[in-house]
Formats: sequence, structure tokens, C-alpha cells
Amino acid sequence: MNNENLGIPISNFKLMNTIKYLLQKEFIQIFRNKTLLPLIFVLPVVQLIILVNAATFEMKNIDMIVLDKDLSQSSRNLISKFEGSPFYHINSFTFSLEEAEEKLLDNSADVILNIPANFERDLLRNNKSKIQFLINAINGTAAGLINAYSISIVQDFNKEIIQEWYDLNQIKIELPIKLNYRYWFNENLEYTIYMLPGILVILVTLIGMFLSALNIVREKEIGTIEQINVTPIKKYQFIIGKLLPFLIIALFEMAFGLVIGRLLFDQPMVGSLWLLFGFTFVYLLVALGLGLFFSAISANQQQVMFTVYFFLLTFILMSGIFTPVESMPDWAQIINRINPFMYFMKAIRMILLKGSGFFDILDEFVSLSIYAVVILSLAIWRYRKTV
Amino acid sequence: MKRFFGFIKKEFFHIFRDKRTMLILFGMPIIQILLFGYVVTNEIKDAEIAILDLSKDDISQEITNKLSSSGYFQIKKVLHSHTEIEDVLKSGIIKEVVVFEADFAKKIEREGIANIQLIADASDANTANLIVNYTKGIISNYAISLRKDVEMPLQIEPEIRMFYNEELKGAFMFVPGTMALILMLISAMMTSISIAREKELGTMEVLLVSPLRPFQIIIGKVSPYIAMAFVNAVVIIAMGVFVFNMPVLGSISLLMLESLLFIVMALALGIFISTVSNSQQVAMFISLFALLLPTMLLSGFIFPIENMPLVLQWLSSIIPPKYFIIIIKNVMLKGTGISFVWKETLVLLGMTVFFILLSVKKFKVRLE
Amino acid sequence: MTKKFGSFTANDNLNFEVGKGEIFGFLGANGAGKTTSIKILCGLSVPTSGEIEVAGYDVYKQAEIIKKNIGYMSQKFSLYEDLTVWENIRFYAGIYGMPIKTIKSKATILLKRLELEHARNKLIASLPLGWKQKLAFSIAIFHEPSIVFLDEPTGGVDPITRRQFWDMIYEAANKDITVFVTTHYMDEAEYCHRISIMVDGRIEAIDTPANLKKQFETDSIENVFIKLARQSNFKG
Repeated sequence: MNNENLGIPISNFKLMNTIKYLLQKEFIQIFRNKTLLPLIFVLPVVQLIILVNAATFEMKNIDMIVLDKDLSQSSRNLISKFEGSPFYHINSFTFSLEEAEEKLLDNSADVILNIPANFERDLLRNNKSKIQFLINAINGTAAGLINAYSISIVQDFNKEIIQEWYDLNQIKIELPIKLNYRYWFNENLEYTIYMLPGILVILVTLIGMFLSALNIVREKEIGTIEQINVTPIKKYQFIIGKLLPFLIIALFEMAFGLVIGRLLFDQPMVGSLWLLFGFTFVYLLVALGLGLFFSAISANQQQVMFTVYFFLLTFILMSGIFTPVESMPDWAQIINRINPFMYFMKAIRMILLKGSGFFDILDEFVSLSIYAVVILSLAIWRYRKTV
Repeated sequence: MKRFFGFIKKEFFHIFRDKRTMLILFGMPIIQILLFGYVVTNEIKDAEIAILDLSKDDISQEITNKLSSSGYFQIKKVLHSHTEIEDVLKSGIIKEVVVFEADFAKKIEREGIANIQLIADASDANTANLIVNYTKGIISNYAISLRKDVEMPLQIEPEIRMFYNEELKGAFMFVPGTMALILMLISAMMTSISIAREKELGTMEVLLVSPLRPFQIIIGKVSPYIAMAFVNAVVIIAMGVFVFNMPVLGSISLLMLESLLFIVMALALGIFISTVSNSQQVAMFISLFALLLPTMLLSGFIFPIENMPLVLQWLSSIIPPKYFIIIIKNVMLKGTGISFVWKETLVLLGMTVFFILLSVKKFKVRLE
Repeated sequence: MTKKFGSFTANDNLNFEVGKGEIFGFLGANGAGKTTSIKILCGLSVPTSGEIEVAGYDVYKQAEIIKKNIGYMSQKFSLYEDLTVWENIRFYAGIYGMPIKTIKSKATILLKRLELEHARNKLIASLPLGWKQKLAFSIAIFHEPSIVFLDEPTGGVDPITRRQFWDMIYEAANKDITVFVTTHYMDEAEYCHRISIMVDGRIEAIDTPANLKKQFETDSIENVFIKLARQSNFKG
């Protein structure tokens, strides 16, 4: 054999060679797998497009029914303020409260504006008048927003009438404190660029944790594991051979997702992409470690699937992807310390949207690194014992 | 007949022996509900903010106190100049900076108006929006109190009534959604995987040549899942009622019937998926990506459908959970009867029939 | 060697030697303990007790070296169905450290001999069972190990293919490769140089087929086995 002449110790040479052959086999199998391939390439596109567009807490189309028993100039002016607002859409007008409430009942309206019969007269005579908003509050958050928007429109209208009828110096009716606000890193408060990194996290995790775990268990299920165990392949070589392809594919997925984000959604990428990929790498070590661990404790694909799915669902919800982490109860925040998604979610948003640097995310980096070492060791130990 | 029951018994044992999957299937709805109820919330608590007070007078300090004692915020840093703002936001420690302009109180007295600027870290758009709104609320209230002696010449007083959910409880949104999700998961996904598994292992052929008729095989395979799904449905509703005080204003039997309908529909869907999958993996992925993710995101579960772009709204109309969620909300929270939900019920029925027909057709093709 | 699983003794104090280039048949009924023994000899399982040397290496301390010098073919076939014939050869041969040039040339020769040249780039899944088996065996000895372990290699295959398979086994033995084969087809026992028969975890007989037939006064190994089985039942 020619190896000896190269001056490289045979064992090292063979070591790298073994892994090379393992990787070769894995990649061939992955690319021949008709289910996997579209998942890796088509799914991200579809998901990003759909999910990013769907995931928004903004209120756009508030369906309103107007019950105007006054039919005065003032009431009409008030109504036209709502008509002019981009948030509201006036469905219909009615004179019967029952009819209006029915529309609330069958979901064709979100809110009823009820203007009583003496609206204008009361304003003129008593300087006071009442109106009513009946809001469908099943969606509590939405109802809160409808409440806030409606009240603010009424307050604007209030000011306008005062100016019209009284011609007063504006300052007296303004509040003494003027508040203005700016949203940094996301001027227009666009939900898409806020959700997109979150979705990227999910995609990368699915590949790094989910697919890799399934892949390992499959070999157990089919029985080829035995054949592997008889060969000189060492367990760690086998593990590297199984995990490395998915690490590479996941990193590729991240890049792919970012390109789509940029092309389709104009996703800002303010910070260093190298930093992002470096962080993703560490994160993937954790994800792969978890995937390996789950596959080592599962007997077949179905079990792996359910375990991973359960883990994903719970921890993704807790990661801050939709709602702020800091608002979660204390016990949840403690659990979050072993939630890898939380760290990644934080870092990816910081890097992409704020341009945060290495020292800004140092905490998350260190935490994930420790996590990676622990989980990989645990997973490998468990794997060697049982397979 | 005896063979048939024997088969059903075997299926039940088979599933219940896998303790871990059992644990997950029964535990997951509970955990999810708890998560949604207590963890996933749009409220603000102890948000970290910084104050840049260029005036440092009585009023600015009183406002600062109000902010810090509200429970919504904690003042983590005190800044001294504008140049510090960018770093402190980038570091991720601070979510919002409240800036009082110089000579704040004096300006209020002399000119009747002074400026406060809020700078929020909107990389987390949702949180930023909430924080700004809460801050605005506190400051506005204070501003109103400052001007108590000045009477508004004219006042329109809006009265707000919240229908069906007076306390704006989040449970009303997520309990129906969780039901749809879990029932989909068990009925559709597990069924499809279970049948696909038999196909993959080759045992399906064995079943087909046995004296059991095809529809008996199918029913036998899905019966454990119907049972589990139904138990889960009851558990979820019970949790909603007893833990989160959701009312059940409508008829319970209607609720149960609709749940059963949804379960059957999901089963039919699961069976159909298994007919187009030749392996467990395929079944799993179709279920996961064509069912669960859309359910979570497009069914109105978390994000209201009306706010989505039109295309997505159309897409959501072919997602069965959307209709089921509407039915549940109507029956439980509004107390409506079948007259209000007949449309949705019909859609679900139609979908069930559709999937059954498709599956039968595919099955026949296979046999030939 | 002895192998216990809890209170169940799968292999009870087995004692035997197999020589180089020998075809050794390891017979017994299903559940007698054959697979357990093979797993121990291959390094897949650790014995409870006993001194064992495979290819001159100690099973406890030199398991890794042993693996480099043996080949294995299991009941489940373990060629990757979603890889082609060539890809399987390249993978397994590469794992054993053969340089790629050697792999290529040997593969060409092998495929010619097996008349599988046309299938070089076909997926294993598309091959009929008999071809898969012969291929699996060839791959198991591709790296010229000193011993090859075959665990029930001829299950479910037609008699002609079985015959061809045994031809290949003889060829290997002639090249000084020891063949350790387990089977529950008693007629295949006739093909071996020596056989042992396991009953309930113990070796009840070990000798050449001819001697055993003389010893038990019958004309087929099958009858030898039946007699042994009856004996053990009698002993209780």
C-alpha cells in the first residue's frame, strides 16, 4: 500500500478516510431521498413566504356597524372620521340594536358604534354626550387594540369640535406633555422583518435537530447499524458522519433563507454575517446534540418524531418568537435557561436588525457553547451505551 | 365479528404499550394549554428601560417614579447623553429609552407644553409596540392629572362594552385553537403514520389477505385514535372551563358532536394521507408541514385571519381547523346553536366526505 | 465462552476451536443461541466469561484489531438499498482502508465474475434477492479478511442460488479465508468441513459431518440433530 510513503501515520489517514467515506454515503443517500430534498429546498421558500405574511398582530380591517339614532351633522362627522381611517371598514348602517348585535354574533362585525338619539343636542346643551362601542372581545388582544384606536379617534374628533365651535387657543386643550416616539432598527414597525429571523430559526432547527435524529434512528430501525458496528468504524466516526451532513445543510439553509429574506422581504442585515454564521454554528452543535440524544433514547422513527415535536413546540413558544421572554413568569424564565431557541432568537434578531457585535451577544454565545459541550457529551455517552 | 373485535383490541394494546408516545399524546395538550395560559402573553412585566433626563426636575422625576412603580417597567440604566442611546439599545439590555428634554418643568409652566421622546428597540416589533403603548398610557394619565383644573369645554364620553369576553381573557382564543391542533395531531397525523407504517413493514398485505374486510381494517386501525382524540378534547375543554374559567354557554352535546365531526374529518384526512405515502417518513412530513404548521398559523389560532393578505385568507379557507375554531368559539362563548354554525358544520361534513371518497378511490386503485 | 442475559443463559460454557481455511458450520434450532455466539465473536456483544481469541487476537482487549480482520454478513443483508452496487462496494471497502485504485480494479473483476456488470450503477433495491446475497457475501470478503462470519446467509433463496453461494464459500476457503457459518438448514451442514450442533445454549456435538453421521448411526445431519434434540428433552 502507498500510505506509508506519504509520511502520514496510517491511523490518521484512515481516520479521515473513514469519515470521508461515511460522509460520501450520507450525502448520496440524502440527495436520493425524494422526500427530503423538496423539504430542504422548497419548504423554506414556501414557509417563509406564507408564515412571514401571516404572522402579524396588527389590526387592519376592523369591521364596524354603525347604529346612528341621531342622524345629525355631528354624528355624521364622527362617522366620517371612522370612514376615513384606514383601520376601519364600515360594513353597514342599521337602526336596530338587535340586528347589530346579531352581526356581532355571527362574526360579520367586530365592533358596533352606537350613537344615541340626542347626541348633538346633548353636546350643545349640556357640553357632554355619550356614545357606545360594543366590541367582540373573544380575541382579547384585538379587542384591546380596537378599544384604543376607537377612543383615540373619538378624542381627535372631540378636539376638532372644540376648535370649530369655540375657536380657542390650541394649547389650552392640548395635554401639557407632548409625546413622540421612534422605533429604532425597524422604523415602520414591520412585523415581517421581525418574524423572518424567527422562522429562520425554526427552519434551521428542523434540519439540524429533527431530520438528523430521524436519520440516525432510521438506520437503527432498518438494521444496517449492526453491519456498521462490525466494521472498524469507531462510534465517534459514525456520529460525525451522521451529524456533519446536516450541520452543513442547515448552514446552507440559513444562507438560503437569508437570500430569500433579502430578495422578497428586504430583510435588513445590519450586523456581521460572519458573526451570525459563527453563532449559528454553535447553535447547531446544540441542536444536533439534542437530536442525537433523542435518537439514542428512541426505538423508532415515530418515537423520535413525537419527542422532538413536543420539545420543539414547547420550547419554541417559550423562546420569545411571538411574545416577549421577559414577560413570562419567573418559573418559565428559569426553564428558558435550557432553551436553546431563546438564545438563538435573541442573537439573530440582535445581529440582523440592530447590528449588535460580538460583545453584545457574548452572554448568549457562552451559554450556548456550554450547552453544546454538555449535550453533545451526554448524547454521545448515551449513544455508545445503547447502540 | 369476533375477529374484528380481536383486531381492535390488538390495535389498542399496540398503541398503549408505547408509553412514551402515550405520555406525550396526553401530556402535550395539557402543557400547551398551560403554556398559552400562563407563558405566552402579550402583557408587559418588568421591561427594562433607561431614562435620559436632561432636566432632572420635580415633574420629570415624578414621571420616572410613576414608570418604575407601575410594575410594567424596571429602570435599568440612567443615561447622561444622547450618544449613549445607540449602544445601550444595541446591547440588548434596554428595550426603551425615555428622554425628557432640558428645562422640562419650566417649559410646561411657561409655554404650557414640553416634550418627552420615547426611543424603542423595535427589533422585537411586538414588544416595542406594547412597551410604547404602556408608556404612553402612564404618561398620558399623568398629563391629564396635571391639567385637572382646566375644564374641557366639551366632552364626548365613550362607553366600552366587551362582548362575550368581558375580561379580555386570552384563554378564549387559545383553548379552541389548541383543541383544533391536538385533535388534528392525533387524528390525522398519528393515523396516517400508523397506516403508513403497516404499509412500509409489509404487514398491510397480511391484513388485506386476512378474512377482515378492508373497511374493517381501517376502522380497527383508527378506533384507538378516535378514543384518544375524544379524551383529549374533553380534557382540553375541561381545562378551559375549570382552570381558565371559560364559559360553556351553548349546548354541551352540540359541542361534543362537533368535536366528533372534526375528529372524523381529521381521521379521513389522515387515511387519505396514508394512501399517498409509501413510507412513514413521507406521512410524517406531509402531516407536519401540510397540516400542523398551517393549522397553527393560518387557522386563526394565534393570528387573526382578517389581518392577513388576501391570498393567505383564501388559503386559510381550505384549512379545516379554521371552521372548527369558529364553531367552538361560537358555541362555547356566544352560546349559539346550530343555526349559527350550520355553514361551518356543513363545510366540515363536506370535507369529511371528500376525504373519504378520495381515500376509497386511492385504495381501490392500489388493490388493482 | 458463556453468555448470560440476566438469569437466562444463552451460551453455556461453549468450547471449540476453528482452524484457518476451515468451513465451520454452526448449527442449531432457532433460539438455540447461535446468533448470540456470532455476535460475541464479531465484537458486537461482550461475553459474560471465557477466553476467546479471534484471528489470533483477544476479544476483550483487541476488539478493534479483530474488526479489521473479519468480514460479516447478517440475516438482514445490510447492503444499503438506496445506494448502487458500486457505491456499496466503495463504501465498505473504503471503510476497511483499501486504496481507491485497488477498490476500483477489484470491483471490476468481481462484478464480471458475478455477472453483475450491467448492475454496477443500479440501486440495491432493484436487485433480486439471490443477487443481493451473493453481492453481500462478496463485499464481506472484499477486503480479504482472515475470517468471515455468515449469519443465516441463505434464508429465503432458491436452491440454485444456494448452490452458487456455497461455491463462493468454497472459493473463499480455498483462499485460506475461514468461514464461520450459522444456519438451520441441516442439508447445508454437509458442505462444511466440521460442524457443531447447539441445543439450548450448549454444544452437544462437534465433528466432521461424516463422523457425526457414523456416531449417531444415521444417514443425514438432520437426523443427527433430531436425535440430539430428543436426547436433551429427555435429559430435561
